Amino acid sequence: MIFVQGFLSINLIWLIAFLLTDTPVIPNPLRVYQSFAIVLKDHMLIHILYSLRRIGAGLAISLIIGVPAGILLAYSRRANRILYPLIYFSYPIPKTALLPIAMLLLGMRDGSKVVIMVLVIVFQVIVSVRDSIQAIDKTMYQFIKSTGAGNLAIIRHVTLPAILPQLLTSLRVSLGAAVSILFFVEGYGTTYGMGYYILDAWSRINYIEMYIGIITIAVIGFLLFVSIDYLAYRICKWSYTGSSL
Amino acid sequence: MLIINDLSIHYKSKQGDNPVICHLSFQLQEGESLAILGPSGCGKSTLINALAGSLAAESGTMEFAARDQGYPLSPKQHKIGLIPQNCGLLPWKTVRENCLLPLKIRKEYHKNKHTQELNRLSKALNIQDILNKYPNELSGGQLQRSAIARAFLLEPDLLLMDEPFSALDEITRAEARELFLRVWKYQKPTTILVTHSIEEALYLGNILSVMDAQGGNIKYQKNNPYFGQLYPDHADYLTAKQILRQQLVTKEEGMDTFE
Repeated sequence: MIFVQGFLSINLIWLIAFLLTDTPVIPNPLRVYQSFAIVLKDHMLIHILYSLRRIGAGLAISLIIGVPAGILLAYSRRANRILYPLIYFSYPIPKTALLPIAMLLLGMRDGSKVVIMVLVIVFQVIVSVRDSIQAIDKTMYQFIKSTGAGNLAIIRHVTLPAILPQLLTSLRVSLGAAVSILFFVEGYGTTYGMGYYILDAWSRINYIEMYIGIITIAVIGFLLFVSIDYLAYRICKWSYTGSSL
Repeated sequence: MLIINDLSIHYKSKQGDNPVICHLSFQLQEGESLAILGPSGCGKSTLINALAGSLAAESGTMEFAARDQGYPLSPKQHKIGLIPQNCGLLPWKTVRENCLLPLKIRKEYHKNKHTQELNRLSKALNIQDILNKYPNELSGGQLQRSAIARAFLLEPDLLLMDEPFSALDEITRAEARELFLRVWKYQKPTTILVTHSIEEALYLGNILSVMDAQGGNIKYQKNNPYFGQLYPDHADYLTAKQILRQQLVTKEEGMDTFE
């Protein structure tokens, strides 16, 4: 319902802006939606897949690095003392500013694009994992140790379930940021991806296609957001149950 | 039989070693329930943590002997049931999953046997309707009864309880204690209960001990003839309460600290 309401509102504003202005930069939304079918049939899907592949790679690498790093920081005082200042300092640096360095070191292909994605996502992952582990009630460790559980069983039954809700929340936020930087990282060294599609249409002064690209990238962002929400609901059911008494 | 011999536990801090328990020794026969009273900070919870395997001892031994053969007490070797103050139920598991987890971790879970046993326990503790609920859907009393079911389903060699009923209101506490005792009498595991409450100790411990305010040693121990009796109308009961209260009072603390 919220989706429909928001979608209609933004299109209404767009339509009013089109009616009030007389510029090709703001085309008629109805014309844009009419052209959708033609463009989708043509080549849009491959652009979407390229973008999703880059986001997916960035997400997977961020989780592979971020979850163990967060666990290490939470459980090892020495690691936390050495690494946390580095993370604290690096966290607010706008990662897109590092794009030239990534391009110079890794070239123009997917390597530099994925590295920027990782830099956008991984800090959120590390910080949320570390913080959620530090919030675990000590009696849970007392209980699990009293059952004879080893370190792996403790991580499986206590640590991982405890970090999931906050991890998924931080992923939801950082995936939004990752979608928005597609525009930057797909602006070079590729002819596929949603970022490239928008920039290409813009350079050809084809505003209809440019708008189609913008709408598609927005829908992708929204679908990723909803998917994480649904995933969180499915695997963290317990955090959605409130006190009924 | 549980044999604690010359046990010392220190907490390490930047300022140095803080001895909490020094040279503690006692024995507890199989099937006995020892209620340990003591003022705050005397080392009661430290003792429970050490017995539960969460805290390493500085020196001394903790052994569990069965059939004349003693083994160092260890959560891997022995079945230890733990009921902490705030239940220690994992919020991401349902009550049923929480109850079965210790068995699964120990690879001792047998579906038929333990489903039947969990049904029996849940009926006895009146939690049969909440087995599929998550802990954050439950009241304090339900949480505590679930933690009791989890501990007893393991059929523990040693049952440890750290102020198990202190977070409950008076009526819920009385009900939980009563249900606990009913289940305890069925299994009779060797039990150590630490508590602030003299009444709770008199009700749930067939041996009563009082720990020193400092040094974590037992300064008073006595068999309890009032075990399992709630508010017995007996002058000696009041005298026993009075003696325990006197044992608990330290120079720093007043009488009103304890029940």
